[in-house]
Amino acid sequence: MSTGNMNLTLKVWRQKNNKVKGNLVDYKLSEISPDMSFLEMFDVLNEELISKGDEPVVFDHDCREGICGACSMFINGRPHGPKDLITTCQLHMRSFKDGDTIVVEPWRAKAFPVIKDLTVDRSAFDRVIAAGGFISVNTGNAQDANNIPIPKVQADSAFEAAACIGCGACVATCKNASAMLFASAKISQLAQLPQGQPERYRRVQSMVAQMDAEGFGNCTNTGACEAECPKGISLENIARMNRDFYSAKFVSEEDI
Amino acid sequence: MAEFNAHIPEGELTEKWTKLRSSMPLVNPANKRSIEIIVVGSGLAGASAAATLAEMGYKVKCFCFQDSPRRAHSIAAQGGINAAKNYQNDGDSTYRLFYDTIKGGDYRAREANVHRLAEVSANIIDQCVAQGVPLAREYGGLLDNRSFGGTQVQRTFYAAGQTGQQLLLGAYSALERQIGMGKVEMYTRHEMLEVVVVDGKARGIIARNLLTGELERHSGHAVLLCSGGYGNVFYLSTNAMGSNVTAAWKAHKKGAFFGNPCYTQIHPTCIPVSGDHQSKLTLMSESLRNDGRIWVPKKKDDTRKASEIPEDERDYYLERRYPAFGNLVPRDVASRAAKERCDAGYGVGNSKLAVYLDFKANTERYGRIEANKQNIHNPDKETCMRLGREVIKEKYGNLFDMYAQITGEDPYELPMRIYPAVHYTMGGLWVDYNLMTTVPGLYALGEANFSDHGANRLGASALMQGLADGYFVIPYTIGAYLSKELATKPIPLDHPAFIQAEADAKAIIDKFFAIKGNKTVDHFHKKLGKIMWDKCGMARNAKGLTEAITEIQELRKEFWTDLRVPGEANEFNPELEKAGRVADFIELGELMCIDALNRNESCGGHFREEYQTEEGEAMRDDENYAYVAAWEFKEGVKFELHKEELKFENIKVAQRSYK
Repeated sequence: MSTGNMNLTLKVWRQKNNKVKGNLVDYKLSEISPDMSFLEMFDVLNEELISKGDEPVVFDHDCREGICGACSMFINGRPHGPKDLITTCQLHMRSFKDGDTIVVEPWRAKAFPVIKDLTVDRSAFDRVIAAGGFISVNTGNAQDANNIPIPKVQADSAFEAAACIGCGACVATCKNASAMLFASAKISQLAQLPQGQPERYRRVQSMVAQMDAEGFGNCTNTGACEAECPKGISLENIARMNRDFYSAKFVSEEDI
Repeated sequence: MAEFNAHIPEGELTEKWTKLRSSMPLVNPANKRSIEIIVVGSGLAGASAAATLAEMGYKVKCFCFQDSPRRAHSIAAQGGINAAKNYQNDGDSTYRLFYDTIKGGDYRAREANVHRLAEVSANIIDQCVAQGVPLAREYGGLLDNRSFGGTQVQRTFYAAGQTGQQLLLGAYSALERQIGMGKVEMYTRHEMLEVVVVDGKARGIIARNLLTGELERHSGHAVLLCSGGYGNVFYLSTNAMGSNVTAAWKAHKKGAFFGNPCYTQIHPTCIPVSGDHQSKLTLMSESLRNDGRIWVPKKKDDTRKASEIPEDERDYYLERRYPAFGNLVPRDVASRAAKERCDAGYGVGNSKLAVYLDFKANTERYGRIEANKQNIHNPDKETCMRLGREVIKEKYGNLFDMYAQITGEDPYELPMRIYPAVHYTMGGLWVDYNLMTTVPGLYALGEANFSDHGANRLGASALMQGLADGYFVIPYTIGAYLSKELATKPIPLDHPAFIQAEADAKAIIDKFFAIKGNKTVDHFHKKLGKIMWDKCGMARNAKGLTEAITEIQELRKEFWTDLRVPGEANEFNPELEKAGRVADFIELGELMCIDALNRNESCGGHFREEYQTEEGEAMRDDENYAYVAAWEFKEGVKFELHKEELKFENIKVAQRSYK
């Protein structure tokens, strides 16, 4: 079994709840193994805190294999830390050096209020999906799956957009706290499939309206969202969403 | 308690479901509006059930402990979903899927349930595609299939290595649509802590709002538990950190029998434990075994690097023991064989608890084919490896990246080190054909029930079962119960049963804070996990199981006298949540050992060392153990066994052979 030899200083955002102010608190950790994941390093910290009679740091996490989208730490100024295309749970301590100081904050966005410590409320994302991120087909209405051939390139492109895990890194890193990458991924997935056509223009209008209602900012094309997305969701999706949004004003007979 | 009867419909196997479905009592639309259904869990089973029931007109409340229904652990399933579509024209049929599933389960599942599963499997694919789930396609625009273990046809539909994610997001979208229409009330960050039983029927739940700590009362005409499996009883597993047995266990303590608790699936290809800090294990998909060869050194305690061990000093033990199936034997067989080699001293890596999964031979083979395509004649080895690596990358790139991320080693250069890990639990709440537990009005769906996989689940069948239960089974079968409940008025939340259930939930929370001991929840969870893994894991024996039962009882005492839970009850407190879950895991762990000790045979994932053939294969005892063990909870953490005999009328029961 590996025993670690890294000594680290953590500066962690502590905030009891959303009614009080929070602040960064320093913690020293020793004997950290480079084989630990970043969250396992937090497990070690929490075990120490509990043993000392202090309260552990609260953070969201679940699958710890990079797919559920729960983990959400802003590490040294970057969502999910220094490496590209991974979530916080897949980040390992070998990406840091002995003696490093690591600053860990929650996602910060008006639409993602802090709940406690590093945990924020991302339910706004669910409401954006509820506004139109679906195809209205009740169970039992479906025709045979192979009755709708879809060109492979188109299906693959829809799949790439559908790979979004809803973690919110795009919002956290955007200077406008915009949710355009998130919303456009779903809009773009469904807009590229024949099944998604009947509601295509209605969908884009409802989802954009909900984004605005939740307090997400607008897009100013800095591209930070694409750069920080752990699943590599492309900016092209935003372009496709914008095109559909403006087209909707002309082609849609519905006013959403 | 309801009678202990599986309620399998009369008639021919192939007619049972069709006939039952057509004769099932219906609830008219006006009445549906006044009937409330509670769904606990939002994974494939929960989300699909909640969405479908709401579409039908019922009032639905859905609960999940995560911050969003989209995070349920179904999302992590990699490989695929089976369906008897026969799109590949390779002779697949409903009967074949039924047969493969029964055989794969080592003849310990109910024929009628499995046949129904096979019947509705095709509808699932249709439904998901209609929802916009981007399953993999061929250039002709039609759906693609891949092969999986335990079958000879290609019936597995997939979306790269993210099939679970795509299917879950489909069900989640359907659920969010109903939420947006006001037909489902969604309660995220809520955990069910009690089932409320009024006059013998499930009438509601007590749920804790995890953000405020408030205990809430919710009433309904029926309660559906779709809360997943209990693999985390082992502490280390491929399950998510939050996956737990609490909802199922609370139901068990209120009268729902627990079926076959000892049936656990240990998946052969996972990334090995790297240290004491390890919090969870990561699966490397079964599909890798198509191109990887598994081996260990022939010499004991060999400390050489893999690359320094010559070909003739390597033991490809699966190919040696099972020449017919080789590296593609079912999961339980592959896992046990790895354990056997490591226990005998042939393991690799620092911990010696790992075997090699080596892609070199196939990389070179693919490279040679590529070289041919590119008209490179007599390519040298280096060229082959370089070209082959590109092919491997195309097929398994995301898995190789994940492996490199976690271990810090490059699997393109070095063979992967892998070891078996807990992955799925075939056991669960006992349900009848209608998915109802022994508590009337209380249902269990998906991995939370015991019904379809027998003693071993085949790859790509978990997604199929979760969605079958939620989309296509419960919407019909629940009508049989609810049609008799039309006169039932909403249960008042100040009913004595609600007051009592809330008081019980509160008493447990108060007790946790009153202990003020010295040890953290994880301390106890790790100890429990070690007992379970060592004595109720891949191989079990009477002596070990008897010891484990005593050790778990002692651990339970220690837990209730030396636990420390920080913080307060009326706030967001994940340590408190963990304490409740581990308390239930400790009781469940004991039942698993009792069940494993009772089952004096080896079948599927349950391997009793006393019951094996001379060659070390599992030996069933069909005469004495062809039954479902359904356990009833008794006061003082005692358990009483009830048996449901399994009758095989359509399949000839035989010994599985993969040689």
